Amino acid sequence: MSEPGIQPASAEPSPPATNTGPGRVLVAVYALFAVAATSRAAYQIGTKFDDAPVPYLLSAFAAVVYIVATIALARPGRTSYWVALAAIGIEMAGVLTIGAVTAFGVTDFPDDTVWSWFGRGYLFIPLVLPILGLLWLRRLRVTAR
Amino acid sequence: MLEPVSYAIIVVCFAYAAWSLFAAALNQIPREPHVIGAGVIELLLVVQLVVAIVMMFVDGRPDEFAVFIAYLLVVLIVLPLGLFWALAEKSRWGTMVLVFAALVIPVLVLRLEQIWEATGV
Repeated sequence: MSEPGIQPASAEPSPPATNTGPGRVLVAVYALFAVAATSRAAYQIGTKFDDAPVPYLLSAFAAVVYIVATIALARPGRTSYWVALAAIGIEMAGVLTIGAVTAFGVTDFPDDTVWSWFGRGYLFIPLVLPILGLLWLRRLRVTAR
Repeated sequence: MLEPVSYAIIVVCFAYAAWSLFAAALNQIPREPHVIGAGVIELLLVVQLVVAIVMMFVDGRPDEFAVFIAYLLVVLIVLPLGLFWALAEKSRWGTMVLVFAALVIPVLVLRLEQIWEATGV
């Protein structure tokens, strides 16, 4: 942040740069989950959709959320900032809801999604990721002032 | 599969990740040595690809053939994409991207082993 010579000097106020600094790593992690969730959903829907339509559609939904979050975080600018905030907010709600539903056995989930058991199958990264994402966006907003 | 290759990849990836983490801690941006190191890992991954192809001809295809092929190819592009993303970032966080990319590869290699073992050939 305060290292000299990193940002090119600019007269106009810079839009929130979600894709530099720690955000660089965040985008990389989001990109991985976008690919992982998309391939998983494509595989589930393509090979065994009738086994469990609802979880597999949720897998696809999670994939879309990760893709949107990745692109929005990777692009600088105000619109991207708000899109990223919305996507990560939905992601947070999704992982908490699906996590709770699977962990406490409210209904039967025949097959895991990325968010099942709060992302246990993925080292709980799906649970940590939106928290880090929201913290990152909040920090940018503070420093932008 | 051929476990010596898998183990070599995993060990080299962990070493690369540790080295990059150390570099990031010293506030270093990604430099040429990181590109060369990534090249070494890529070389091992190509060896893995060749070994996998040969073993599929010898022992037959794994049950989840399409998934197996997908993992074989995806594991090849993780580090090049990571480098592409890391080199444009002129701060320690670029180096941290390399740490992350290098840690993803062992996971994919272990998944490859699982898929291969599940075949029971």
